[in-house]
Amino acid sequence: MKIYDMPDPQGHFGPYGGTFVSETLIAAIDELKTQYLRYRDDPEFKAEFAYELKHYVGRPSPIYHAKRLSESLGGAQIYLKREDLNHTGAHKVNNTVGQAMLARRMGKPRVIAETGAGQHGVATATVAARYGMECVVYMGSEDIKRQAQNVYRMKLLGATVVPVESGSKTLKDALNEAMRDWVTNVHNTFYIIGTVAGPHPYPMMVRDFNSVVGTECLTQMPEMVGRQPDVVLACVGGGSNAMGIFYPYIGHSDVRLMGVEAGGEGIATGHHAASLSAGSPGVLHGNRTYLIQDANGQIIETHSISAGLDYPGVGPEHAWLKDTHRAEYVAINDDEALHAFHTLCRMEGIIPALESSHAVAQAMKMAPTMSGDTILLVNLSGRGDKDMATVAERSGLTL
Amino acid sequence: MSRISATFKQLSSQGRKALIPFFSVGDPTLALCVPTMHAMVKGGANLIELGVPFSDPMADGPTIQRSSERALKNGVSLRDVLHAAAEFRKTDDQTPLVLMGYANPVEQMGRAEFARVCAESGVDGVLIVDYPPDEARDLALHLAPRHVDSIFLLSPTSTDARMREISEMATGYIYYVSLRGVTGAGNIDVKDVAQQIGRIKAVAKVPIGVGFGIRDGATARLLSEVADAVVVGSRIVEEIEASAAAEVPARVGALLNQFRIAMDA
Repeated sequence: MKIYDMPDPQGHFGPYGGTFVSETLIAAIDELKTQYLRYRDDPEFKAEFAYELKHYVGRPSPIYHAKRLSESLGGAQIYLKREDLNHTGAHKVNNTVGQAMLARRMGKPRVIAETGAGQHGVATATVAARYGMECVVYMGSEDIKRQAQNVYRMKLLGATVVPVESGSKTLKDALNEAMRDWVTNVHNTFYIIGTVAGPHPYPMMVRDFNSVVGTECLTQMPEMVGRQPDVVLACVGGGSNAMGIFYPYIGHSDVRLMGVEAGGEGIATGHHAASLSAGSPGVLHGNRTYLIQDANGQIIETHSISAGLDYPGVGPEHAWLKDTHRAEYVAINDDEALHAFHTLCRMEGIIPALESSHAVAQAMKMAPTMSGDTILLVNLSGRGDKDMATVAERSGLTL
Repeated sequence: MSRISATFKQLSSQGRKALIPFFSVGDPTLALCVPTMHAMVKGGANLIELGVPFSDPMADGPTIQRSSERALKNGVSLRDVLHAAAEFRKTDDQTPLVLMGYANPVEQMGRAEFARVCAESGVDGVLIVDYPPDEARDLALHLAPRHVDSIFLLSPTSTDARMREISEMATGYIYYVSLRGVTGAGNIDVKDVAQQIGRIKAVAKVPIGVGFGIRDGATARLLSEVADAVVVGSRIVEEIEASAAAEVPARVGALLNQFRIAMDA
C-alpha cells in the first residue's frame, strides 16, 4: 500500500488548496487549525465522535447488493453504501457532528453554515439542536424557493435561515455570506463548512470526518464478498461524500476511484456544474482548485437538476487526485441522473437523492460493459425525499 | 522614488495626511471612470484605489458587492481596469494608483503578465485581498522589479508575528482594517484603532493607511491624527449609487472635498 499524506502543513494538495483569505480571517483560521490538530488524535475526542456516530447517526451504515439492478444490466455487480440511512438522510451529518464537537471544545456557542439543497443546513441545525447551540444558516434565495421543505425542517430544528440575495443567489453566494458573518462574529461563532472546500484546514477536516464512510467499507466489503471492490463511485459537487469514501481507498492502488460530476443539460451546452471535467484552475472560497469561470476569471453560474451539485468549484483534493490520475472524473447529465433515480426506485425500492443518482447512473452505464464478477461500490450519499417536488415537476406533476 | 513614496513624503513635509478614495471601476459606467478619478483628485484625493470587480467579493459588505455586480453587468474586466489606469495616466502623472481586488482574475491573466501590464499602465501598487503573504510571495516577486508596490492588509486580529511578517513584505503602505467585519460595516472605535496602529508602527517600514467603515469627515479627521492615510470606500460607492450617472464625478468630488477639509482643519 502506498503512503498518502496530503495535504502539506499549509493545506496544499500539490498546487491546489491553500489559504486564500483576507487577513481579517487569518486569526480565526489559525485558531481553528490549531484546535483541530489538537483534537483530531485526542482519544477522548475520538471516542466521543465514535459514540455519536453510532448512537445518534446510526452508524455503521450497511452495504447493500443491488441484485435486481445488477441482473437487469447484465454485467458488473452493483453495491450501495447506504449513507441515505443515516439520521437526517445523508452523509452530511458525519461532518456536522465532528465540527459541532470541535465548536463546543473551542467555547463557541453559535454555529453558522451555508447550504445549497438544504441537506448540510439540516444536518447543522440538527447537531446545533442536539448540543443546544444557536444556529444561523445562509441559503441563496433561489435555493430557498426550490427547497421549501428543507427550509421548514431547519426552522423546526430551531435554526434561523437567512436568504442570500447577492450574486446568483445560490450556494456559492451563501458561502460568501457565511464567511462575512464569520469574519464579523468570530469571537463567538464557529463556521461549519459543509464540503471539502474552503481555506485550510476545512478540506482536510471535512474529509477526515467523512472518511468514516470509506473506513467502514474497507472492512464491510471483505466481509460481504471476500475482497475490496474494483471501482468506487461517488457523485462530486464540492466533493465531501466522494472524499469520504475515496480517502481510505487512495492507498489501495488496485481500486479505481471514480467521481461523477453534474453534467446538467450536457457539457456542450455550457449549462452544467462539472468543474473537473470542463473547468480550469483558479482561486475561489479560500482555495485553489478547478472552477467554472470565464476568460476574465469571473465565476459563471452553474446548472444541475440537483441543488447539492450546483457549485462552480470542487474540493482541492479532487483537483489533485484528477491531475495525478489517482481518480477519474466523468459527468452525468440531468436526464441520465433522473433515469437512474427512477430505476433505483422501481428495481430496489430505494429512493436516492438526485445527487447520488448521478453516481448510480455512472455505475449503470459501466456495468453492462464489465464481467459479472466485477464489483462496483456506489456511495449512495443521500435519500431522495427532499427531491420529490423536483422530480414530480420534471414529470409534469405538481404535488 | 515610487509615486506612492513620493506622495507620502510630500504630504508629510506639509504636515498633512493622505486621503484615499476607493471605487469599483465600471460603476456606474466604464466611460465615467477616468472623469471620476480626475474629480477625486480635484476634490482632494492623494491616491486612488481602483476596485477590480469580482463575482464573489467575500470580504466586502453589501454596498461594494452591489457596485461590483453593476460593474460586471457592464462587462468590466481586469483588462478594462488596467486600460482605465493607463487612460488616467495620460493626463495625471502624479497621483498614485492602486489596484484592489481578488486573486482569481489575476490568476487567469497570469501573474507575470499582470505585473507587466500594471507597470505599463502606470499602476503603482497592488492589493489582492485574498492573497495572504504566503500566497502573495510569487506575485510580489513579479511586481518588485517593475517598481509596483505590494500592499497588504492588517486587521485587529493580526498577531504581533503576523505584523512583523507583513511589515517585511509590504511596500508602498500598509492598509489597516479598522473594524472586525466586512467593508462598510458598523462603528469604529477610534481609541482601539490608535492603539493598534501604534503596534504596527513599531515594526512597519512604510506608512499606515486605515479604512473600512469611515463614513464622515469627523471620523476621518480623528483617524488622520494616528494614521498616515485614510481610505474611504463604501461611503463613496453609496454616493455613486445615489447619483444620476452624469453627476457622479461632481458629487464624488464634492464628497471628497468635505473629507479633505475636515482632515486639513
